Amino acid sequence: MTATKSKSLPLAKRGLNFEMLMWIFTRLSALAMYALILFAIIGALIMGARTQMNMADVLRWGFMPNLSHVQNTNVPDIAPWSTPFWRAVASLLLLVATAHGVHGLVVICDDYIVKPRGRQIVRLISIVFMIAMIAIGLYVVWTL
Amino acid sequence: MALKRNVSLASALRYKGQGPMLTYILHRIGGVGMAVFVTVHILASFVGGKAGIFANSIYENWLFQIFIFFCVLFHAINGLRITISDLWPKLIQHQREAIWVEWAVFLPIYGIAVYVIIRAALGG
Ligand code: HEM
Repeated sequence: MTATKSKSLPLAKRGLNFEMLMWIFTRLSALAMYALILFAIIGALIMGARTQMNMADVLRWGFMPNLSHVQNTNVPDIAPWSTPFWRAVASLLLLVATAHGVHGLVVICDDYIVKPRGRQIVRLISIVFMIAMIAIGLYVVWTL
Repeated sequence: MALKRNVSLASALRYKGQGPMLTYILHRIGGVGMAVFVTVHILASFVGGKAGIFANSIYENWLFQIFIFFCVLFHAINGLRITISDLWPKLIQHQREAIWVEWAVFLPIYGIAVYVIIRAALGG
């Protein structure tokens, strides 16, 4: 294959609009999710998951460090798993993942819906949907 | 809805984007799959009751687990490749090699997970 030289404009010439910011956000949120998931897995191992949980449960906890994800494991005492600290980590993951996922769905819709009116409707629905999912998610994380 | 394409559906299907095209499609399927799963899952734990239990019985099905783990693992590994090569644009020249590395990471992990899921489904 002939090498195609990748060109990237200096930031000043690229322009920084909302789409560009969201493009960057998608990448940074990807890295943030990796960090949060690894953090939750390491936390679980420190809290004794190695002898009390199987791999699938550790992963379940890692993807969302939420109390209901350890309830039917062999963990003897679930109090350390439902501290405000872990609820805060879960909330952070929820916020980042919801913003990433909803924006991703908008990007996909834009590939198939090309009229400005349709795109406006997609954006409106996505904002309502995002706020609703964050509200319900936070309720579940903090009250269960 | 009127959908204006510059190419016919037949030639779109004949498009051979090879490896990179495949990862793009799988990344999209994985993203949508997770979004649907996460939405239903949050709603199920919110409403609880019979509907919640019904939704949970879907996730516990081994076929669903094989599907959703594919979505999660592929999207995460492929997303890391995209992120790395976007933050260091010079690496895009090596994307085909990067995709081979990606499969080399994905296949063993996914293979072991599928094995474990099926073994659990068979009651072992
Ligand atoms: C470690 C976790 C994750 C990583 C590393 C990751 C990475 C990425 C990246 C880099 C993109 C941009 C792709 C592109 O522009 O070509 C993307 C798109 C997307 N992501 Fe994620 N993601 C993760 C988790 C999630 C989750 C949890 C969801 C769903 C709730 C999700 C849903 C989506 C969707 C719908 C897209 C748009 C796909 C498309 O444009 O075809 N992602 N992801």
